[in-house]
Amino acid sequence: MKIILNGEAQDLAGPNLAEALEQAGLTGRFATALNEAFVPSHMRAQTLLKDGDRIEALSPMQGG
Amino acid sequence: MRTFYGTTLSHPLMLGTAQYPSPAILAQAFKESGAGVATVSLRREGAGGEGQSFWKLISDLGVPVLPNTAGCHTVKEAVTTAHMAREVFDTKWIKLELIGHTDSLQPDVFGLVEAAKILAEDGFEVFPYTTEDLIVGERLLAAGCEVLMPWGAPIGSGRGLANPYALRAMRSEFPDVPLVIDAGIGLPSHAAQAMEMGYDAVLLNTAVARAGNPVAMAKAMAMAVEAGKLGYEADPIEARDMAEASTPVIGKAFLT
Repeated sequence: MKIILNGEAQDLAGPNLAEALEQAGLTGRFATALNEAFVPSHMRAQTLLKDGDRIEALSPMQGG
Repeated sequence: MRTFYGTTLSHPLMLGTAQYPSPAILAQAFKESGAGVATVSLRREGAGGEGQSFWKLISDLGVPVLPNTAGCHTVKEAVTTAHMAREVFDTKWIKLELIGHTDSLQPDVFGLVEAAKILAEDGFEVFPYTTEDLIVGERLLAAGCEVLMPWGAPIGSGRGLANPYALRAMRSEFPDVPLVIDAGIGLPSHAAQAMEMGYDAVLLNTAVARAGNPVAMAKAMAMAVEAGKLGYEADPIEARDMAEASTPVIGKAFLT
């Protein structure tokens, strides 16, 4: 299915958020939001995706 | 001694981690200054996995991390970002930034109070980036904040304390609340001035990171903050309009 991951369209099988992130090659320390709502890491495996969903995966970055 | 949600800082300089020429210079600036807090943010992970190497660098600094909600313009966006930051950085601390004006990056204080209340009720320890407005300060405290961070001047402007009168009034109004001057510092003297007023810490980033020699400037800021703090604690004299001779007059020779 078509998923928008960090602003870029990707074809990911899913079916849940945890597996989709793995399919996209995301590893390490990051937090996720699905369609602008925070999804805690322990909820990713039970969060099912549908076509057109938007995922944000954010990592530690420099800040002031 | 005022603490930050129960934490005593090892040094009253809170230093940002953005805009340094290199990660090595960033690490050296923290080492040389002994800064007591590192501010950080969350962004989309790049293809090179920069976020993971940055996390390693930050962990190695050995100071408390204060994640921000920089760039957020709505309550919802700031609250969601705070939740993501809490998970990634494993801390309840959040520097709550809610921008209301694009050019000055002035905080939207109405949204700020609303977001602070939501986050405080959810167990966050909120460090709100606010203005020097006393009533907003009161509302933030009522919302559950135990720290206030008024701006010195617009972020990155380097103008120093734009409104010292109001900042002094804020210190006087909230004698028991830890207060941090956040943003607008350009020179070590600005940082010293904030501490001389009795502020508990100074948070800055651009003044160090964009200096010609960030490591030297980080050290200069740390020394200025320490000098200002010590000066405040030493109970300075009152300024006066007329001269008052410091050398004793008694015993002076009669010479004409």
